[in-house]
Amino acid sequence: MSRHRNVRSMNYEDEYYDEDDVYGHSVEDNYCISPGTAAQFTFNRDHNVALSSFMDEQGGIPEEDEEDLEEGNHSDNHRSSLDYTRPKLNDVDEAKLNSALEEVCNVLGESVPEHVMVDTILKHNFSVEGSLNELLDAPKKQREPRKNRRNRSQGAEGSQTSTQPPQQFPITGPSVILKQPPKPVFHEPKPVPNKQSESIFSQKNVPPSSTSSGSIRLIESSTMQVDNIQSNSTTNSVNNSKNTKDIPKVTMTTSDGSNTNIIVDKNSKDVSNSKKTEDSGKEQLSTPKKERYIPPLPKSASKSKYEKFDLKEEYKKREGGKDMLNMVVIGHVDAGKSTLMGHLLFQLGNVNQRAMHKYEQESKKLGKSSFAYAWVLDETEEERVRGVTMDIAQTKFETPQKIITLLDAPGHKDFIPNMITGTAQADVAILVVNSTKGEFETGFESGGQTREHALLARSLGVSQLIVAVNKMDTVKWDKARYDDVVRKMGQFLKQAGFKDSDVSFIPVSGLGGENLVKPVKEPQLSEWYRGCTLLEQIEKFKPVTRAVEKPLRIIVSDVFKGMGSGYTVTGKVVSGSVQLGDRVTVMPAAEYAVVKGLSMNDEGCNYVFAGDHCNVVITGIDITHVGPGSVLCDSTSPVTCATRIQARIVLFNLEIPMTRGFTVIFHYQCVSEPAIVKKLVSQLNKSTGEVIKNKPKCLMKNSSAVVEIEFDHPVCIELYKDNKDLGRFMLRSGGHTIAAGLIEGVMKTKTGYVNEQGAENG
Amino acid sequence: MKLVSRDIDKNGCGSMILIPEEAEDMWHAYNLVCVDDTLRSTTIRKVQNESATGSVSVNKVRTTLTIRIETIDFDTQGCVLRVKGRNIEENQYVKMGAYHTLDLEMNRKFTLGKHEWDSVSLERIELACDPTQHADLAAIVMQEGLAHVCLITPNMTLVRAKLETNIPRKRKGMCQQHDKGLTKFYDQIIQAVLRHVNFDIVKCVLVASPGFVKDQFLEYMFQQALKLDYKLLLDNKSKFVTCHASSGFKHSLKEVLQDPSVSSKLSDTKASSEVKTLDDFYQMLQNDSARAFYGIKPVEKAAEQQAVEVLLISDELFRSMDLKKRKRYIKLVDTVRDAGGDVKIFSSLHVSGEQLGQLSGVAAILRFPMDDEDSDEDD
Repeated sequence: MSRHRNVRSMNYEDEYYDEDDVYGHSVEDNYCISPGTAAQFTFNRDHNVALSSFMDEQGGIPEEDEEDLEEGNHSDNHRSSLDYTRPKLNDVDEAKLNSALEEVCNVLGESVPEHVMVDTILKHNFSVEGSLNELLDAPKKQREPRKNRRNRSQGAEGSQTSTQPPQQFPITGPSVILKQPPKPVFHEPKPVPNKQSESIFSQKNVPPSSTSSGSIRLIESSTMQVDNIQSNSTTNSVNNSKNTKDIPKVTMTTSDGSNTNIIVDKNSKDVSNSKKTEDSGKEQLSTPKKERYIPPLPKSASKSKYEKFDLKEEYKKREGGKDMLNMVVIGHVDAGKSTLMGHLLFQLGNVNQRAMHKYEQESKKLGKSSFAYAWVLDETEEERVRGVTMDIAQTKFETPQKIITLLDAPGHKDFIPNMITGTAQADVAILVVNSTKGEFETGFESGGQTREHALLARSLGVSQLIVAVNKMDTVKWDKARYDDVVRKMGQFLKQAGFKDSDVSFIPVSGLGGENLVKPVKEPQLSEWYRGCTLLEQIEKFKPVTRAVEKPLRIIVSDVFKGMGSGYTVTGKVVSGSVQLGDRVTVMPAAEYAVVKGLSMNDEGCNYVFAGDHCNVVITGIDITHVGPGSVLCDSTSPVTCATRIQARIVLFNLEIPMTRGFTVIFHYQCVSEPAIVKKLVSQLNKSTGEVIKNKPKCLMKNSSAVVEIEFDHPVCIELYKDNKDLGRFMLRSGGHTIAAGLIEGVMKTKTGYVNEQGAENG
Repeated sequence: MKLVSRDIDKNGCGSMILIPEEAEDMWHAYNLVCVDDTLRSTTIRKVQNESATGSVSVNKVRTTLTIRIETIDFDTQGCVLRVKGRNIEENQYVKMGAYHTLDLEMNRKFTLGKHEWDSVSLERIELACDPTQHADLAAIVMQEGLAHVCLITPNMTLVRAKLETNIPRKRKGMCQQHDKGLTKFYDQIIQAVLRHVNFDIVKCVLVASPGFVKDQFLEYMFQQALKLDYKLLLDNKSKFVTCHASSGFKHSLKEVLQDPSVSSKLSDTKASSEVKTLDDFYQMLQNDSARAFYGIKPVEKAAEQQAVEVLLISDELFRSMDLKKRKRYIKLVDTVRDAGGDVKIFSSLHVSGEQLGQLSGVAAILRFPMDDEDSDEDD
């Protein structure tokens, strides 16, 4: 049997591609590569490529080049730089230029010819920042220097502005920098202090006894990205120039030399750090197509083997980038969730003007012009006609510091199963409440979804919440009304188990677009509101730790036939990581599949980590074996499947008490499975967890208990003690959420399914 | 069911001749027959003949056999009752003591003999022969990707088709797959309706779902009916009634039958009255848990003290192979009746009966609160 299966799932593609790898063929002959891909991934001699930027920044090579340069020899390649003569400058300016050039070189490496740098620096009046901006904005043909990769770990404080390190360096000295990493500064750097610091810097550099030739030497050595000691003389000069202020006369010792080495090293790191932030700064301005943490990896000529990445390395790299957060938008029906988010996306520039115009026209045609923004997220015909979100809509946007995966949940009570699916995948939430008179009350009172959604979100592990008090324009931005809503909600959310510090309130108008991205303009609001905008508040969400080290779990929320071979499954990576070519086990079918493609937000990538929403193309498996609720997992430690579990539950507002044999719908991540409460094991004290009564007859509302639940089909679960996120579930019955629970153990069933006795209780 | 003759002595011993007329009567018959009863019916049997020369010929003969029942099988969805036992009346083809399996057939009479016709069995016969209890009903409970097409008769809920398909979610710029999946799903339901719902009998088709699925489906169905000329659907358009259900799982039928707008239409079906009684029980449990008992032991105790106002009991319990157990339940029913209590026998084929079955099969609403400390339930 197993042999049989092997043949079936054999990777024919791989077999065939190997044959194609014959000498004498170029890649283009065999495969059709789009020009874009070719430009990105294939090495092209024609372009002006600095080979050294592909290499590690080891010393050695630069030495020779340097000689060549100095002697002004042949080498036609460099003709332009050789023919170039520097403009005559006075000493002070010369020193300014040199120091600026050094900084620029540290950042850019030799990707830009020196004369261009000098020109730019002169143009910008020796401002490092300005010239860097110009040089970096100019179209680049090759990769960035890899140098900065090393100190990604410092990237956590990647928010510093670009000018900070160069300012600090000359003033404080490198050793201080070591101890005191620059503090994050959020505002835009101003050019004025920059100039000052520049002058300080240059002044400092003037006195040294080094001759002009020495300083040139220094510049050029740094042009080659010196990290190690190159020669005594250069070190000497470096040392001299750095330390003249503190130590006028330096006696060179070996230990001193090594010191210098470190200093120089740190220096370059700092600069590269600054360069990194510069990069991210650039990204904020233009909407980038590529995400930064996915390095454009050159693919080997043969497609047959997937490149293997050191995932730990790659994850570390990514941590340096922006925080990734999954955010769900919840609230009562017609609270304006979709409109609010649609407008936010529009203001952020994620929706282009033309599409928006189209939505406006079409919604007007239907007589629902107020729904135009909601149409950004509500895409199906049905949703638009009815004006109700029915299923989770997923999209992505970026803020200066975060990449947010937005999940727009339906508010209608019939679609709560969909909402649960979405919320289970989220880290943080925005709860939208309608401030209109009467509307807030209906949503908030029992039977309204404001309450239910908040409880669900809390029970599903969402701990940080923004309450967006929407439609404030309908109550004329009345402060009293706002305060009233805030008071009521605050009280309730506290009861629901949200920490005060993790809940924030913001008055907004989704339709008017007030207080979303831009600061408040509405006079009636700015009169009394001093807080931040919705976007700023989203920025304040604390990053979430991800279980990257744990074995792989991808919970499938959707399966469809994508393009090409295999099936595409969509889901959230809950823990672990996976890369192309990996073999995964699909539970509960216990079938193997091979990961053939990975993409996030419609962009292909080579690996995904915990917390990502991704599309996975899998092959070697029949579609009947995978469906919503399946879990792709590590073959060595697959997820547990169970048909009967023991769980600790907390009951909400029940209309009728829960007895043995109660039929419920078990909502767990993306699964909704009919289940039966088979046994009431014990009733617990809600606050202490002590057993009040064993084998109670029935469970009343607002009580806590241990029960056994049985399903018709095996369901993939994880115990709460193993995985806090995956150990939670919800029980619903008759259209109401009746309980939230934690999975404590897997029980044996009569059919003799699985295994492992759970935590004994009472 | 037609009762042809009845011959029972004062001790309850005797036999009855019955003719099943429809599928549901098989269900009644299933609830009547017990191990150790005698059953007489016509059947077809293969008979081996050996001629004088020693050649063997096998031929099928229709003959009437009487057997003592040993095992009973019932196919709930197909409504076929098979009873196996040993022959107790020898005839020219079949020897005494030979095994035979009787398949009860529609419109052919059978004779059932029992040592003791108890109250529950007699009541069942009465129920089965009551011609007024015919309110056939079809129901489609659905949600996106899951649908149950059910037939609801007074005593049975038959799932005629369970349709489960994976419908891709909507995603940015790719709604076609979602729509395609949905229409395919609807097509399947239409086919199931055409195949399984007999509009001559069915008075009403309930279409229940959360959200707008039901409306969307009906709209699509009649559109298709026009396009493809399904006369059957167009003629019976008025029989389709929409109502709300919280999900597409089978147990949502309970909600559907509870729906006041629906229950008024089918006031006399057993199904909805059962649902209502069970709901009453749960309400009582909520309001005054000392007046709502479940599990055989507590209920028996309550019955002894004449406390039971309404007894809810699943017919599953009377089909018990164990005669002692069966007697125990019958005794319970009789005690409650004698004390003026109301006994509701739930059909285990209905959703409500299923739930009662999960609840140990016996539950009671009491007249007055009682203490109940030792609630020991065995699974």
